[in-house]
Amino acid sequence: MASPDEEPPAPTEPDRWKDLDMILSRPGNLVDANFDPNPGLRDMLGSLVEVLVVGAGGLGCELLKDLALSGFKNLHVIDMDTIDVSNLNRQFLFRVQDVGKSKAEVAAKRVMERVSGVSIVPHFCRIEDKEIDFYSQFQIIVLGLDSIEARSYINSVACGFLEYDTDDKPIPETVKPMVDGGTEGFKGHARVIIPGKTPCFECNIWLFPPQVKFPLCTLAETPRTAAHCIEYAHLIKWNEVHPGKTFDADDAEHMQWIYSEALKRAELFGISGVTYSFTQGVVKNIIPAIASTNAIVSAACALEALKLISGCSKTVSNYLTYNGLDGTHINVSEFVRDKDCLVCGPGTLIELDTSSTLSEFIKMLEEHPKLLMSRASVTHEGNNLYMQSPEVLEQMTRPNLIVPMSELLHGAPRATVHVTGMAENNGRKVSSLRKLRVAFKGVDEASKMDTTV
Amino acid sequence: MLNLIKIKGQKKEDAANANGKPAAKKQSPGELRLHKDIAELNLPKSTRISFPNGKDDLMNFEVTIRPDEGYYVGGKFVFTFQVPPAYPHEPPKVKCKTKVYHPNIDLEGNVCLNILREDWKPVLNVNTIVYGLNLLFSQPNDEDPLNHEAAAVLRDNPEKFERNVQRAMAGGYVGETHFPRLFRR
Ligand SMILES: [Zn+2]
Repeated sequence: MASPDEEPPAPTEPDRWKDLDMILSRPGNLVDANFDPNPGLRDMLGSLVEVLVVGAGGLGCELLKDLALSGFKNLHVIDMDTIDVSNLNRQFLFRVQDVGKSKAEVAAKRVMERVSGVSIVPHFCRIEDKEIDFYSQFQIIVLGLDSIEARSYINSVACGFLEYDTDDKPIPETVKPMVDGGTEGFKGHARVIIPGKTPCFECNIWLFPPQVKFPLCTLAETPRTAAHCIEYAHLIKWNEVHPGKTFDADDAEHMQWIYSEALKRAELFGISGVTYSFTQGVVKNIIPAIASTNAIVSAACALEALKLISGCSKTVSNYLTYNGLDGTHINVSEFVRDKDCLVCGPGTLIELDTSSTLSEFIKMLEEHPKLLMSRASVTHEGNNLYMQSPEVLEQMTRPNLIVPMSELLHGAPRATVHVTGMAENNGRKVSSLRKLRVAFKGVDEASKMDTTV
Repeated sequence: MLNLIKIKGQKKEDAANANGKPAAKKQSPGELRLHKDIAELNLPKSTRISFPNGKDDLMNFEVTIRPDEGYYVGGKFVFTFQVPPAYPHEPPKVKCKTKVYHPNIDLEGNVCLNILREDWKPVLNVNTIVYGLNLLFSQPNDEDPLNHEAAAVLRDNPEKFERNVQRAMAGGYVGETHFPRLFRR
C-alpha cells in the first residue's frame, strides 16, 4: 500500500505555473473586454480572490485540487460529512486512516501539503449553519454537491446579495457568480450562474426529473424488486417496530436493521438482489459515482472559475453537459432566465411613504399598473404579515393591517417582500406569486447621508 | 463580468462600508410556494386546518377531516403535514394521527394515496392532497391496500366492512386491534 511519503515529488515553482502564466499573459480574440494580459495576474488571483468550494466529496476533492493548481490561493471548503470507507476509491485526498474524520478538514490539509502557498480553510458544518454574511466574502462560489436542496439553498443565498437599480438593471458589485458541477454515473454537468445575467438554479429547476417513489401499497402488498423490499423495511417496518424513533441513515446499526428486515422480506417473496450496499444505496438515494466523470466535470468547473475571475476567455454560455456512457459527448446549451424568477429576478419596485399601513399597501397593489393584484397575502423573510386565508391565519395576522409597513419591515430603507394574490395577466385574473422591492420614500437618502457624515 | 481589476476596487469599497448590518435569511422558494398554496386554500366543508407552531411556520400543519359521506361519517381524522424544503419538487409527508380501520391507511398512520408518492407533480398542491384525503373517506378502495385485512373485508363483504368501521369508530375491537372512540357524542 502506498503511503503519502512514497508519492512522487511535486513539481517545483515556477514550472508548475508555466501554462497558467501563458494563458494569463497573452491577448486573444475570446477574452473579456476588461482583460489586461500580464504575468502579474497570477499574483492578483492568489492575493485578491477568495473562493468557496461547497462540498468535499468526489467532486469537491477534485475541485480543491484543480482550483489550487489553477492559481487560486485563498480557498475555503464546507462539508458536514465525515469520511466513509466506501469513499476511498474516488475521493482521492482521503486515506484509510482518515475514515471517520471530517472531509473538509482532511481535504484542506492534503491539498495544502501538496501545493505550496495555498491556504484552504475547512468548515466542518452544514451550509445552513453559516451566517449569510459568511458567504459574502467570496468572489466566487464553486459547487460540488449531490442534492437539489443544497444547490437551491446556496443559489438563494448567492442571489440574495444581488441588487437592482431603479431601471431593473443588476448592480455589478452585488453579483456573486457560481459555478455548479454535478455528476451522476457517466453523466455530468458544469454550469455558470451569474445572477441577474444568466439563469439561476431556480429559473430552470423544473428540468430536474422527479425522484422515483414507489407506491406504499406496492411495498406493503406486492413487492417485486429488491428496492421494494428495502423501502418496505425503511418506510413501513421501521415505524411499526420502533414507534417514535427517527430513522438515521448515517447510523450503521439502523442501516443493518433495515438490511436484515429487507432480506427477510425478499426471501419471503422469492426476490434476490438485496445486499448491504444496495440497501444503503436505496435508502440514502446514492447514485453510483465514477471517478473519471468527477475529474472531467471538475476540470470544466475550475476552468470556468478561472475564466470568470480573470477574464482570460469567455465562459460557457451557460450549461455544459457531459455524457461518457457511449463514447464521449459534450454539449453546451444556452438556458434562458425566468424573468419572473422569485430568486434572481428584479421583482416589482414599489415606493411607499413611511406612514403607509399594511392595509394601504395591499390596496395599492390592486391599483399598481404592473400588478393589478387583488386579495394579496404578504410575507417578508419568513414572517407572514397578512394571510387572506385560511381563516385561522387571517385572524392571527389581521392585527398587522393597521401597522405601518416601515414598522413591519423593521425600519429598513428597502426590503424584499413576496405577495400572493389574483393578478391580471392578458386580461385574465390568475393566481400569482410575486416578488416586490419595497423602498420607502426619503429614507434611503437620509440613511446615506448618515453614513457619509 | 467579473475581473481582477474590478475585484481590487471592490475590496477597498467593502472595507470602507462594512457598517455591519447582518444579511437576513432569505425565504426559500419552497416556503414561498407553500405560502401561495396556503393563501389560496379552498377547503371543503368537511375540512379544517391548523398551525400548531403559529402563523410563521407553514411547513408543519394539521388537517382535520370530518367526512360528510360514506362509511366514516361521524368520525374525525387528523393528518399531520410536513413540507420538505424541496417542496414542490418533493411532496409533503402526510401521516394520519388518528388510528383508523381503513384499507388504504395502516395502523402506523401511513397513507396510500398515489399523489403523495409515485404520482406527485410540482403542479399539484396542498389543496389537491386535501381533496385526495377526503376521497379516501368517501371512496375507500380495496385495490391499493395498506391494511390488508380491512381491504379483504371491503372487497368480500361490504356490509361487514361497514359494521367493522362503526365498531372501530365507537372505540372497540376489530379482530385483535383496538381503536379509539371518535364520536363526539
Ligand atoms: Zn432565477
